[in-house]
Amino acid sequence: MPTLNLSIDELQEKARAIRHDVLVAIHTAKSGHPGGPLSAADYLTALWMNYLDCDPKNPFWPERDRFILSNGHCSALLYALMSHRGFFSRGYLLTFRTVDSRLQGHPSKTSLPGVEVSSGSLGQGLSVAHGMALGARIQGTPERTVFCNCGDGELQEGNIWEAIMHAGHRKTDNLVVSADWNNAQIDGYVENVKGIAPLPEKFRDFGWRTIEADGHDMNDIVRAWDEAVGGTPARGKGCGQPTAVLFKTVMMHGCPTYENIPGWHGRPPKEDEIMQMLNELGYNYGSVDEARAAMGGFQDYDGYGAEDGK
Amino acid sequence: MASSIEYKNGTQPSDKWEMVLTRKAYGEMLVELGKTNENIVVLDADLAESTYTKFFRAEFPERFVECGIAEQDMMNTAAGLSTFGLIPFLSSYAIFLAGRAWDQARNTVDYSKMNVKIAAAHGGISVGLDGCSHQSMEDLGNMLSLVNMTVLVPADYWETRKMMEWIPTHEGPLYFRLGREKVPTVTSESTPFEPYHTLEAVGGDDGVFIATGLMLSRAVQAAEMLAEESIFSRVLHVPMLKPLNDEEILKAARESGAVVTMEEHSVYGGLGSLIARLLLGNDVHVPTRIIGIPDMYLMSGKPEELLVKAGLTAENGAARMKEALALRG
Repeated sequence: MPTLNLSIDELQEKARAIRHDVLVAIHTAKSGHPGGPLSAADYLTALWMNYLDCDPKNPFWPERDRFILSNGHCSALLYALMSHRGFFSRGYLLTFRTVDSRLQGHPSKTSLPGVEVSSGSLGQGLSVAHGMALGARIQGTPERTVFCNCGDGELQEGNIWEAIMHAGHRKTDNLVVSADWNNAQIDGYVENVKGIAPLPEKFRDFGWRTIEADGHDMNDIVRAWDEAVGGTPARGKGCGQPTAVLFKTVMMHGCPTYENIPGWHGRPPKEDEIMQMLNELGYNYGSVDEARAAMGGFQDYDGYGAEDGK
Repeated sequence: MASSIEYKNGTQPSDKWEMVLTRKAYGEMLVELGKTNENIVVLDADLAESTYTKFFRAEFPERFVECGIAEQDMMNTAAGLSTFGLIPFLSSYAIFLAGRAWDQARNTVDYSKMNVKIAAAHGGISVGLDGCSHQSMEDLGNMLSLVNMTVLVPADYWETRKMMEWIPTHEGPLYFRLGREKVPTVTSESTPFEPYHTLEAVGGDDGVFIATGLMLSRAVQAAEMLAEESIFSRVLHVPMLKPLNDEEILKAARESGAVVTMEEHSVYGGLGSLIARLLLGNDVHVPTRIIGIPDMYLMSGKPEELLVKAGLTAENGAARMKEALALRG
């Protein structure tokens, strides 16, 4: 399937709209995690719009690439990405975290077509992604690429390193992991809570190809993704290693007043706060209702494949 | 002995039992299934020699995924494999799968309804000499509490083989428990394995033993002892603990008027808990005794010695049944 193939300018504008939707959804739910979604928004927007091979009208298309959000608390970002890629209308994002919504607090495979596996218990997604990549190889289709996003704090989980060791050992080159390297987690800065440095060296020592990029410079992001997918069997013979793309990011990026404050990991913005956040993103509304109206207002689910979403 | 006892469904009298490994049946059947079903893949965590997945590894190396000593990674690697149409069987010891990797089994495999088959060797305390760290008396409770999980406990070699024929036809997460030691062939080649049903091993109306796994053998022996005294108790085997066939169990309890459950598992959360909840919730107020591992850690020792320490014996079963029958009046 064709990707959206957006220009750099279009990607930047798309990432801005996705930040908007994430903040409004979380504010409306009065619950959720804004910090990580705003730090990962730029590079994951680029991945979802321009690289991830999927069909929003057929979420279970067997030949799709896979994307796993291992840091499942960034669910609002995943849902906004899916909506902007065409899986369902923006207005449905306003049901985030409400009872019976498909947009569960953390992604649920059985609730929302297009979610490849439920996540939220940190440290589990990379093993699943690696299993998918191995499954593609066993089935003779290594050109199916499996992408997995992890938070940097999440890399403190032991299961992550089991998966990193496993994929490095097997040279699983249709596996690409991105790390949201924003140095912030609930209890403070990652380097103070329990440091993960030196990160590129750790991945390399475990047999991975590593790529570093500025996670807020769209030109650098596109360069990094080009290089990452260029080493997968989808684009050639494969580089013979799994790939880690380490994106240097800033929590709450795009809203300068709130940037790089770990407390924004999991706190919904109050009304005055979101108005200022939206303003700093370049949206000048008189009320949050205007922001919700800009998303189409509350809408029912209109996505595809729900009948298969077991 | 026990001349008028009524063995059913191919159940053998105890003097005809042979001692055979259930995990060997697992290993043999993986190879047989692998020959006709190319979607079967097998994972292990550095225990292929012990779990007998070594047979499959030798036959189908391209479909064998050695995960090293990393059970959490193995559980979720299997989940990922299953999404590509493969049927992963993963093996390790019960304590590591239903213990260490429980969060992965819950949050990834079960919550996402992944088609993963968890084959847990060394279930129970009959592991023996390795001691408490390698014994598993909590695994069934841990797995029974998972919403989508099917839970199986075969009694012996023959039943394990038949279960293995059925398991790949089942869609969804599944846990089945194998032992370490050789266990008696209580059933025979002709004994049916019917998913979603219990198995009546011995007929009778003087109370019913409801047993699972290895304890089926102790329950049959208990019934044989009681038959010497002209007490003819029924023996019901529960190979599938979840979903449980409520109706067959309630019927047996109503018809026989007394219940003794027997399992090689903690009294917290296993078969006894299931049966007690079932009987009370359906107002079947028959005298009931639950035989399981009391609130204690076991130690190194020969399997038989440990079973005696925990009270998991035919003698205890027979004594408890007499108690229950006395209360029945």
